[in-house]
Amino acid sequence: MSGSGEPVGPPREIVVTVNGRRYHEAAPDRILLSDFLRHRLGLTGTHVGCEHGVCGSCTVHLDGAAARACLLLAVQADGAEVHTVESLASGDRMHPLQEAFREHFALQCGFCTPGILMATLDFLTHNPTPTRTEIAEMLSGQLCRCTGYAPIIDAIAAAAQAGAE
Amino acid sequence: MNGTGAPGGWIGAVPHRVEDEALLRGRGRFIDDLSPVPGAMHLALARSPFAHAQIRGIDVSAAQAAPGVLAVLSGADLAAAGRPLGAVIRGATEHYAVAVDVVRYAGEPVAVVVARDRYLAEDAAELVEVDYEPLEAVVDPLDAAEVGHVVSDRSFRYGDPEAVLAGAPLVVRGRFPFGRWIAAPVECFGVIADWDHSTDSLTVWANFQGPFTLHTVAAGALGLPAARLRLLTPPDSGGSFGVKAGVFGYIVLAGLTSKICGVPVRWIEDRVEHLAAAGSATHRVTDVEAGFAADGELLALRYDVIEDVGAYLRAPEPATLYRMHGSLTGAYTVRHVAVRNRVVHTNRCPTGLNRGFGGPQLYLALERIMARGAARLGLDPAAMARRNLVAPEAFPYRTATGGLYDSGDYAACLDDALQAADYDGRRRQQAAQSTGDGRRRLGIGLACVVEPSISNMGYISLAETATERARGWPKSGNAEGATLAMNPLGGVTVRLSTVPQGQGHRTVAAQVAAEVLGLRPADVEVQSEMDTHVNAWTVSSGNYSSRFAGIGAAAVAEAAGRLAEKLRAIAGDELECAPDDIELRDGQARVVGQPDRGVSLRRLAGAAHWNPESLPEGLEPGLAVTAFVSAPNLDPPNDADEVASSAAHGFVVDVAVVEVDTLSGEVRILDYVTVHDAGTLLHPRLVDGQIMGSFAHGLGPALLEQTVHDPDGNLLTGSFMDYLCATSTEIPELRILHRCTPSPFTPLGAKGLGEGNTMSAPAALANAVCDALGVDDLDLPLTAPRIWEVLAAAGERGER
Amino acid sequence: MKPPPFRYVRPADLGEALVVLATHGDEAKVLAGGCSLVPMLNMRLARPEVLVDVNGLDGLAEVHAGDGTVTTGAMLRQSVLERSPQLRGALPLAAACAPHIGHFVTRNRGTVGGSLAHADARGELPLVLLTLGGSVLAQSQRGQRAIAAEDLFVYHFTSALEPDELLTEVRWPVAGPGWGYGFAEMAQRHGDYALAMAACALRRHDGAVAEVRLGLGAVADRPLLAADAAGALVGHDLDGPAGDVAVTEAARLAAAVARPFDDLHASVAYRRHLVGVLSERVIRQAWLAAGEGA
Ligand code: FES
Ligand code: FES
Repeated sequence: MSGSGEPVGPPREIVVTVNGRRYHEAAPDRILLSDFLRHRLGLTGTHVGCEHGVCGSCTVHLDGAAARACLLLAVQADGAEVHTVESLASGDRMHPLQEAFREHFALQCGFCTPGILMATLDFLTHNPTPTRTEIAEMLSGQLCRCTGYAPIIDAIAAAAQAGAE
Repeated sequence: MNGTGAPGGWIGAVPHRVEDEALLRGRGRFIDDLSPVPGAMHLALARSPFAHAQIRGIDVSAAQAAPGVLAVLSGADLAAAGRPLGAVIRGATEHYAVAVDVVRYAGEPVAVVVARDRYLAEDAAELVEVDYEPLEAVVDPLDAAEVGHVVSDRSFRYGDPEAVLAGAPLVVRGRFPFGRWIAAPVECFGVIADWDHSTDSLTVWANFQGPFTLHTVAAGALGLPAARLRLLTPPDSGGSFGVKAGVFGYIVLAGLTSKICGVPVRWIEDRVEHLAAAGSATHRVTDVEAGFAADGELLALRYDVIEDVGAYLRAPEPATLYRMHGSLTGAYTVRHVAVRNRVVHTNRCPTGLNRGFGGPQLYLALERIMARGAARLGLDPAAMARRNLVAPEAFPYRTATGGLYDSGDYAACLDDALQAADYDGRRRQQAAQSTGDGRRRLGIGLACVVEPSISNMGYISLAETATERARGWPKSGNAEGATLAMNPLGGVTVRLSTVPQGQGHRTVAAQVAAEVLGLRPADVEVQSEMDTHVNAWTVSSGNYSSRFAGIGAAAVAEAAGRLAEKLRAIAGDELECAPDDIELRDGQARVVGQPDRGVSLRRLAGAAHWNPESLPEGLEPGLAVTAFVSAPNLDPPNDADEVASSAAHGFVVDVAVVEVDTLSGEVRILDYVTVHDAGTLLHPRLVDGQIMGSFAHGLGPALLEQTVHDPDGNLLTGSFMDYLCATSTEIPELRILHRCTPSPFTPLGAKGLGEGNTMSAPAALANAVCDALGVDDLDLPLTAPRIWEVLAAAGERGER
Repeated sequence: MKPPPFRYVRPADLGEALVVLATHGDEAKVLAGGCSLVPMLNMRLARPEVLVDVNGLDGLAEVHAGDGTVTTGAMLRQSVLERSPQLRGALPLAAACAPHIGHFVTRNRGTVGGSLAHADARGELPLVLLTLGGSVLAQSQRGQRAIAAEDLFVYHFTSALEPDELLTEVRWPVAGPGWGYGFAEMAQRHGDYALAMAACALRRHDGAVAEVRLGLGAVADRPLLAADAAGALVGHDLDGPAGDVAVTEAARLAAAVARPFDDLHASVAYRRHLVGVLSERVIRQAWLAAGEGA
């Protein structure tokens, strides 16, 4: 496996539920949650773009709240529930927010997209009917270098509107 | 439902992107998601903390002894296994993937650690002991020119610029620095390399973007014949905007490391490495002189350009300087041009491709000098621009420097833009406001830019004199290939060599193939991974110079057309009519005008695959076609140094309306209108996406983004806390309008359009802010602190 | 950008956390929200031997309303401060600054105590706590002590906490009748560290300023109180012409106490200028708000 890191002391046994599935894993203290998800569990939908908390592409949900996986140690997720972008679609049905992104051409390279989806879903639970300005402020913590953001704001606004109806 | 079809067919329709579902589900396959070879070891690089230093010695023993470490290699180890990276200009500083003896920029690799994982590799990289003797660093391009760090110094003249300038009623001069800024794709570089000693060949997976001229450069540095460097790209790449051309240096680094260590290796660049060492746009200082007639006619231009390419001339540099050579006169008819181009080395990271590639720097200078000329003559800038635009009946139009503009109606675009922005109303508003308290000032900025696409592979040779060029091979054109195959059930696969990083090439290729073959895009599967052992490619393949719409899609159309021809021949035989009387529609081959006389493509495909004996006499069996197309009119530079540097030329007019708060220095964009003429639009939604992205990419260096080094060459913008990428709260919504003058030079009439606003936005915004404040010059980026300083220095500090 | 090796400790309770801190002292770092510490780990700018994760400790995120103060646990997430109706009502100044702390996602994780203990001179919460005249509770095996905000912020990134001490509670003075607040910052992008910021707490009585505190952030090695500036306001009706003079004078005095740094992003002169601009803005905001409450 890649990205394990030599432990100082024995690796810790952790139990973490990711996308509804329980994993028992031995994790060295210093492995980042982003690396753990990607390289240990093979959940490569969570992306890494800066590893200092700025770009937002690693955003996942930790116990229901959006969080930067690059700012968390895997051991901190011991006993917690993590959700990643892979959990959003059910079978061949994408989540309405994912559909809205497709409908509004809100992605180009798609590297930023998983993090933006995860951040947005948490945002909408607290603010189901946001203004465009509020959406932009939330998005200011998620870097996208392709789209110029306007189509992403369109998609989120449309998904929120559809959700509200 | 998979989107909608346009009335005329699939070209110009706006189907959903075929790329999206996998990406939305987190099932994209980016470089760091792949494990194509088992047992790859991880690399971490030790990098120089100094901008310029002699390496007196390297001690790798502690690093070598660290847990999990297989090997630690120095620059000398790699140099012994390979060769320097070839440069475009003879005599440029020798450049190895890992420094040998001297480091020339902060962040330059000095040693490679090979370890079991990246954590351990980073631990060991910290233990590499390098004994440096710091040397003096040169950071500023003007200083570099002053002390003679000049790699290339070329002068050009077209017409009679000296005489015309001397006789011009008004001559305006200005200096326009354009600092470094970066593409900063959200995904960094990544390379997985596997050297096979049994065949002495290298297989490498990398999120490289082309141009594939660099495949040849990499093979040379690896000491391999090109056929033994198999380069593959992953299906997805997390943006590039040019910078991932620079991955080739790391292909060499990882390839030689794999060769020396005898194991496959993987290197995933992190953000700190990327900001320090991946590359940026050039830092250019342009001195301009422009001669004007009293009525605003631009009579002559003189450019004196100093271009900082950093510590090494990394291929394809100095391309940034020459990419726009045929368009040095922009959208204007001026015939007298003098140019001096000096390429200088500084102790900063080597530069490279960055969206807009030379355009932002050129147009900042040209459009600012036009605005200043208008101000001096008391003319409205819009009227001044109109006075000078190339007229619609002049196309195809040969520019003074040899560019061949294909088509357009520039004045009509300008009118559209002025009207959409309510230009006259804004001017009135501005005049009325000048009687207010003066704290907030309205400014209007224009930019008219010609957006070249599909670069002539020969333009770079302008860096050499005609005599020097004559000693080498002439280079010209820009070619692309595509392979298209129909399977036994009538489904179609397409393989592209255009290496997209999010532009939706697969979606558009499916539309084009579907249109030509009378299928639905859903019947067409498109792959866009490059595999240099499989794909149909040329040195000009890849994703740059906005070449997909004009040439990449054209290669698909050409391949599809040849397959269609074959299908019509088979159908004609079967339906007993001339192939020319057959049309392909709705999955059928039908006799034109006789809708019930037809045969399904599926059946024709089955016949071709299963029953080649049934094929018409002389028809080659098989239904796979590889076609290449090359853009026309792209000759090598001539002896007069004239060059058609690009094949197609779109046109962009921007009107930026800003309000500057003189108290805080903040710039607020009140409105931003952009009018485009990019010929035929293959997928209008993707087009607007490219325009918005391109605008964001130009707004960055205009308002916020700059790569800054201190006078010793230390990077001050080494993290995303200090390199300020424009975010959703800084980028305004854009109003986009289109006109369509198809290009006569590209098979589908399409022109590239992914870079125009990166070229125009810095100029338009600088013009708007200067207009608001009534100042001659402001350096970019136009940050609030900087604007306030300028006002303060002018005694115009906004007081509370 | 992978963290260097360290030992991760997740104490079961506060007592155990204090033992760990007492044992390791300077070698240990407290891991709260991780928004500042983990980037430093990933860039290998911080190399603690032991990381003490206090996220799992019970009782450190509670909110108690007392007499004139609200006490919040140190581990209260910034997003709660931003969103909780109770806290927004009691602590309008803290709520006003909250949207400027990092971004939506980082506020989910970032904690109030972590931000105060970090003592970043550009931090919003240190400025607000100082402006309100609040304090924190520091606990160690040696006992506990309250540290007033005035004494907490020693230097950029340096607080008065001893290595064995854990910041466990924050005591915020609650908005009382007649009080109004103002907060403003200037940053290059939404969510960036401010180039300068100001906060004001002001009590109106009988149509004039009765009490006022003006705080400045990001313009010195720690957040500052501009006492002279505040003094210039007391007794004035800020709506009248004399009020304008007082506000201008207060802004001038505020700019005079700032000790900003030059950096890549802005000069000393610009930051000092902003202090005046923002001071005036927050004084006006607070005056208005105090008027509405009255
Ligand atoms: S990778 Fe975590 S925020 Fe950028
Ligand atoms: S779509 Fe490429 S970074 Fe957002």
